[in-house]
Amino acid sequence: MISLLRSVRDLFVSLRLTVTLLLLGMLLIFAATLDQVNLGTWAVQQKYFHSFIIYAPVGRFAVPVFPGGYLIGGLVLLNLIAAHVYRFAFTWRKFGIQLAHSGLILLLVGELLSGLWQRDYHMRLSDRETKNYGESYRDNELVVIDTSDATFDQVVAIPEGVVAKKASIQHPKLPFRVVPKTYYPNSMLQARTTAAPPEAVNQATAGFGETIVAIPQPVTYRPNESNTPTAFVEIVGSDKSVGVFLVSTQIVMPQEFSYMGRTWKIAMRPTRAYQPFSLTLLKFSHDRYPGTEIPKNFSSSLRLKTPNGHDDRDVLIYMNSPLRYAGVTVYQAGFENNDRTTILQVVRNPSWILPYIACALMSLGLSLQFGMHLFGFIRKRSAQLRNSSSATSQLPRPSPAVGSVPVASAVIAPRGVRP
Amino acid sequence: MNMNLSRAIALVALATVALMWRSPGNPGEYDVTAFGRQPTLVNGRIKPLDTVARSTLLMLQGHQRVTIAPGQSLTPAEWLLDVFYRPTVADGYQVFEIVNPDVLALLGFAPEDGAGRKRFSAHQMLSHLGELDRQAKLADDTESAVRSPFQRAVVQLRDNVMVYQRLQSTFVAPGSGDFLDRLAAVERDFPAAAAVLQSKRTDALHDSEMAKRVLDLGREFSSMDTFSYLRPIPPAPGGTLLDWKTAGAAWTESLADGRPSVFGQGFARVGRAWLAQEPELFNRAVRELDEQSNAAWPKLTRKCTVEARFNSAQPFYASMSLYVIAFLIAVSSWLKWPRSLQPIAFALIGVAFVVATGGIVIRMWLEGRPPVTNLYSSALFVGWAAVALCLVLEYFYRNAIGSAAAGLIGFATLLIAHHLALAGDTLEMMRAVLDSNFWLATHVVTIAIGYSATFLAGFLAIIYILRGTLTRSLDPKTGEALAKMIYGIICFATLFSLIGTVLGGIWADQSWGRFWGWDPKENGALLIVMWNSILLHARWGGIVKQRGLAMLAVFGNVVTAWSWFGVNMLGIGLHSYGFMDAAFWWLIAFVVTQLVIIAVGSVPYGRWRSARI
Repeated sequence: MISLLRSVRDLFVSLRLTVTLLLLGMLLIFAATLDQVNLGTWAVQQKYFHSFIIYAPVGRFAVPVFPGGYLIGGLVLLNLIAAHVYRFAFTWRKFGIQLAHSGLILLLVGELLSGLWQRDYHMRLSDRETKNYGESYRDNELVVIDTSDATFDQVVAIPEGVVAKKASIQHPKLPFRVVPKTYYPNSMLQARTTAAPPEAVNQATAGFGETIVAIPQPVTYRPNESNTPTAFVEIVGSDKSVGVFLVSTQIVMPQEFSYMGRTWKIAMRPTRAYQPFSLTLLKFSHDRYPGTEIPKNFSSSLRLKTPNGHDDRDVLIYMNSPLRYAGVTVYQAGFENNDRTTILQVVRNPSWILPYIACALMSLGLSLQFGMHLFGFIRKRSAQLRNSSSATSQLPRPSPAVGSVPVASAVIAPRGVRP
Repeated sequence: MNMNLSRAIALVALATVALMWRSPGNPGEYDVTAFGRQPTLVNGRIKPLDTVARSTLLMLQGHQRVTIAPGQSLTPAEWLLDVFYRPTVADGYQVFEIVNPDVLALLGFAPEDGAGRKRFSAHQMLSHLGELDRQAKLADDTESAVRSPFQRAVVQLRDNVMVYQRLQSTFVAPGSGDFLDRLAAVERDFPAAAAVLQSKRTDALHDSEMAKRVLDLGREFSSMDTFSYLRPIPPAPGGTLLDWKTAGAAWTESLADGRPSVFGQGFARVGRAWLAQEPELFNRAVRELDEQSNAAWPKLTRKCTVEARFNSAQPFYASMSLYVIAFLIAVSSWLKWPRSLQPIAFALIGVAFVVATGGIVIRMWLEGRPPVTNLYSSALFVGWAAVALCLVLEYFYRNAIGSAAAGLIGFATLLIAHHLALAGDTLEMMRAVLDSNFWLATHVVTIAIGYSATFLAGFLAIIYILRGTLTRSLDPKTGEALAKMIYGIICFATLFSLIGTVLGGIWADQSWGRFWGWDPKENGALLIVMWNSILLHARWGGIVKQRGLAMLAVFGNVVTAWSWFGVNMLGIGLHSYGFMDAAFWWLIAFVVTQLVIIAVGSVPYGRWRSARI
């Protein structure tokens, strides 16, 4: 038993494990890089890095083929911590290496946290348009809006995942039940009049859906395409059904209906992340180098406002200069609509500080370690060169350096030294 | 004595190189170099016409001199003068390289029809231009990444023909033989011509002969303005880059306000003298032009003069040849006369390094940027930094290993740079997201040094393996020294690639709000860091010894080449600014050679030639 524990311990503190894990990590990253051509960056991250095991389809089965990023990263972390706990002894000679490795631990933890916590949204603003929310790239929500109050809308948002379960939804803010009847994660809409293919579906009895059919499409993972889900949703009151609505992210306008004297709206739209501030696009600029189409700069001039009035000022977002405000970073991500619409990316990453600390530790540690080796080497080698040239008074042709000093980082060698 | 010999050789080499920097001479009686240094705005940058001529010729035919008959050739500036002012003569020069057999068949050419079996003239292509255009349009619809070799070649040739034709519309209206004469007639009484245009507009009485001439010219000016992509007419002092004009636009403006464009007249005078082949007239006209641009834009003109001189000095070609010679001498020194040959190799590497440094510094000054701004300059810099490391190694070891590695890497990187230059002007403007000198100077430079060091470790390892297996010169002492060099350089490489990668993450966080996005270029950099740490840990853990370390280090070349060029070929991600597909096969070939060397290294040490001493 003891010997088993000992061999487990020996495995986890061994450099062989380190080398093996690094190799596996390289293979993983290489495969993921190649697969980006097919899957796009986001799907690759989910499949390769934010996973424990990577599965490949073999026939109808998903067969585990390779350890994923969480597994390899976790084992590296374990290996690092185990080796340091086991072998820890403070000496200046080892201090640099320890510093570098503790930086690496922090970096791995930071990457794990940002994988868990980081959220990306985009905000599209046309001229003079104001928004106080970002929209998700991938997630959608079914919203039911109570517009009876003149000063604000009350929104009940139902995530796409819940709609997909097709269970009846009852919410305290809604006087009726919302019953998703059919859900397609990706679809195409077509007018009912045109010759519809046999797979076209329509169950709608109210709203725009009465004139449209939905055609289910396979889910896409391509980087430049997005899925447009469609659902048929029935609104069921206490006594009778209000109707079945066709909702889809392709129908931008919410559909209206009345229930018990109040006006409601229903829509499927990208999930919104409301921010504690609003941005108004004043002007988007796309500068080019004179006489060419080469872009020189993209910038958005914006008005930043908070509801409490503490902030009401102009901000400028341009390449390499994002807006950092209220815990999010807003950067210039693109443009469309003939330079009239700006696309901003809104990123929330609460663990952003960790990589900075980690990097400082690693750079300092390695510089210290290799610097010590280097100066030791230069001292010895210069002494050898001097000795041999004074002894033979001709071209020095010394034997290679003795001892274990490496010739690392030789570029910082003092320029003035000549034999 | 050896010391003196090597010093003497270094001095001779340096003097030869210094001679190249003197003002380039003119091939004949015409002062074409003065014409070549005239500034023009093109692709967002002010550059001398000489640069336009050279980069266009590199694009069209892969080299800068134009051969017009056996033993008779034109300088780039002479060629450009003919393109500008004697279009029919220029159309006869065989400067379009066509090698794709399908394109040749499309144009009805046999290789024998071309100069050097591959270069053809605009005149030869004339009757096939319609078909070429049609085929290129068909290929345009295919995404550039998935085009067939024929489609790529046809699009490339069409683009080249277009660039050539647009150059021809710079100072002379396309398809008109007597344009400059008709312009001269109008210039003689310019206010009257302008007035005619005014009166024509107000429908008053006018000299119909004159009116017709002016109206024709006006139409030609605007078509020149549409076609020309050079903007050689500078604004009045105080103007900005946006105010540089095409000759056509400048003349149109002159007609509107009744005053002829000074520079437009200057270039027309040069053109008439060149057309008449009058050297004295030509030299006077160019001198006037030179004085005018000097007076209006002294700083810009000086910059263009330096750039034109830099072009003709071709420092990178000089250091390329020196690297080859030094490499051969260094390798020979392992077999014969080490005492005499080693210092000579060292000295030559030193001279080549100084010349390359000069070239890089001048490029930085011209561009106002840190050394690495695009793939071309990364090749220059990666080679430069590796040679710098080699010089330090050689300084401490004096065994010609540093010199040999320097010669090999210096030559290889400059060769890569030469091929990258075929895509056009190498001093290009920075695309929006890269437009940050701070990050270019820190992240990009550090990463490039990381590449250099990883390559150097790999090339030292190649020397270790090949010298050990193929020669008897790898005695245990040398082997140990080499292994120590490899290890030390790997430490250096790890440090720089790690810091560079991390700085890249910080740049990403500063610009995009995220530290790491698993972008292909980021992944490539990470692979180098990981591979180097594998080497270090494998050595620390005793998993590999000298030979194993060498084999692993050679694979470092593959990892680095992938990160440097391979990921660009994927054509995806935020960093894909340097896409090129022709280089794909070269990359494959490089990887194969590295794998072969690793296989050679895997032969047990007992069977190496050096082990059987």
